Amino acid sequence: MDAHLLSRRRVLAAGAAVAGLALAGCATPGGPSIGRVVVVGGGFGGATAARYLRLWANVDVTLVERNPDFVSCPLSNLVLGGFRQIDSLTRGYDGLVAAGVKVVRGEVSAIDATARQVRLADGSTLPYDRVIVSPGIDFLTDQIGGLASPAAQERFLHGWKAGAQTVALRRRIEAMPDGGLFALAIPKAPFRCPPGPYERACVVAAYLKQAKPKSKLLVLDANPEVQSKKALFEKAFKELYGGLLEYRPNSELKEVDAASGVARFEFEDIQADVLNVVPPQRAADIARSTGLINVANRWVGVNWLSLESTAVPGVHVLGDAVFPGPAMPKSGHMANQHAKVAAAAVIQLLKGEPVNPAPVVMNTCYSFVSASDVIHVASVHQYNVEQKTFVPVQGAGGVSAAASALEGRYALSWAENIWADMLALQRA
Amino acid sequence: MPYRPWSAAAALLLAAPWCSAQDGTAGRNLAATCANCHGTGGVSRGELPSLAGRATAELVAAMADFRSGARSATIMHQIAKGYSDEQVRQIAAWFAAQPRP
Repeated sequence: MDAHLLSRRRVLAAGAAVAGLALAGCATPGGPSIGRVVVVGGGFGGATAARYLRLWANVDVTLVERNPDFVSCPLSNLVLGGFRQIDSLTRGYDGLVAAGVKVVRGEVSAIDATARQVRLADGSTLPYDRVIVSPGIDFLTDQIGGLASPAAQERFLHGWKAGAQTVALRRRIEAMPDGGLFALAIPKAPFRCPPGPYERACVVAAYLKQAKPKSKLLVLDANPEVQSKKALFEKAFKELYGGLLEYRPNSELKEVDAASGVARFEFEDIQADVLNVVPPQRAADIARSTGLINVANRWVGVNWLSLESTAVPGVHVLGDAVFPGPAMPKSGHMANQHAKVAAAAVIQLLKGEPVNPAPVVMNTCYSFVSASDVIHVASVHQYNVEQKTFVPVQGAGGVSAAASALEGRYALSWAENIWADMLALQRA
Repeated sequence: MPYRPWSAAAALLLAAPWCSAQDGTAGRNLAATCANCHGTGGVSRGELPSLAGRATAELVAAMADFRSGARSATIMHQIAKGYSDEQVRQIAAWFAAQPRP
């Protein structure tokens, strides 16, 4: 069906349902709005929720996002290696606007769950029937001595939120002398993107091997072992980057000194040309100020049938901020899956219907071990009534047999599909 | 084929089970778990295959072959084992009802 062939008069005559079909290629039902939903955060979780609320029902959706564009964390390690430009990971919110989402660029200052409204920093308010909060993570910089200061955060970049940090970190890697040292400090799990640090080590090593072969890359992991795709990453470390990359487990960063650049780890002091510090993490600030954090003083507990907060009624929380089910990773893919469960549940709650009693989520994370070769980890999680959480299906899921360029191409196709899925991107 | 907006619109409405409130939501919700790799509504970009508009029997057979190992895969043999037979049937029926890209 070609939308361009429908004349305006015909579209009007056909009514809202058919207009929705023609414009979005999907059946956004017509009729009156079933309610108002405000979505806080336009990342993998929030954008997907906004899109699917519009796709599956006539909901009045407002998405609040502080950044002008979406920048993908997945594939951003390739920018650090110089194998991709940040622009190629950046997408706009125009698709969501075309799908009928009101996109507001702004900073949420408070969520008033009693008055049911979201307050923005500019003083405006957005009333809601239900609010979906997908805020991502913020850093526990106070857990590393000296890292709370702006000078230290300027010197020791995290690169763990894609965008300006990624570009700045790439510049420092590029400026590193041949024969220099790049060190990566990994926090104790759980953190956003379990395979991410090890992918980063590989991709930066791939760049150094090619451009600055006398350099060294030191991976200082607070954990006792590689946290995802262990055997595959260890194989890459050894076979692709042996002699260049060194992995040290049980190496927790304790303190940094912004003036000297020295970093004190549990067993040694390191002075690197570039020290990339990924700090420990928790649910982002707005989750804390809204009183949503109720697990380990770091994460948000949710009812898994609806993703509604167990602390604050009417507030649904998605993605990395959530205290996960067993073996459930903090990934963009998983945030997208959370969002679909939440969107379906919010629609049913707004209609006064029971929510789906048997939701399913699944995860796929692709990681680059070089500029072209990729490994995956996958899992499927079914809702378990007794345990009241998603439980990974035993015997399902797993990792790649070996790194391959074929999975490299699949990873890029995955990225294009998930960005289009969450942002309602129209075909070029 | 001549363009007939009303029949096309009607076909899409008929082909979109999630239009009819509760009836199609189980298949719809399950199929949405596939969209991250296979595209929204099963219409993919890039190298991963589209699923929209493929016959239910074809999709059910593909999943069975991934599970048994009869069909080799990088990842689908692992994912196919995570869904029940009934879930696979619901997913396949939902994609079969979508317009082929």
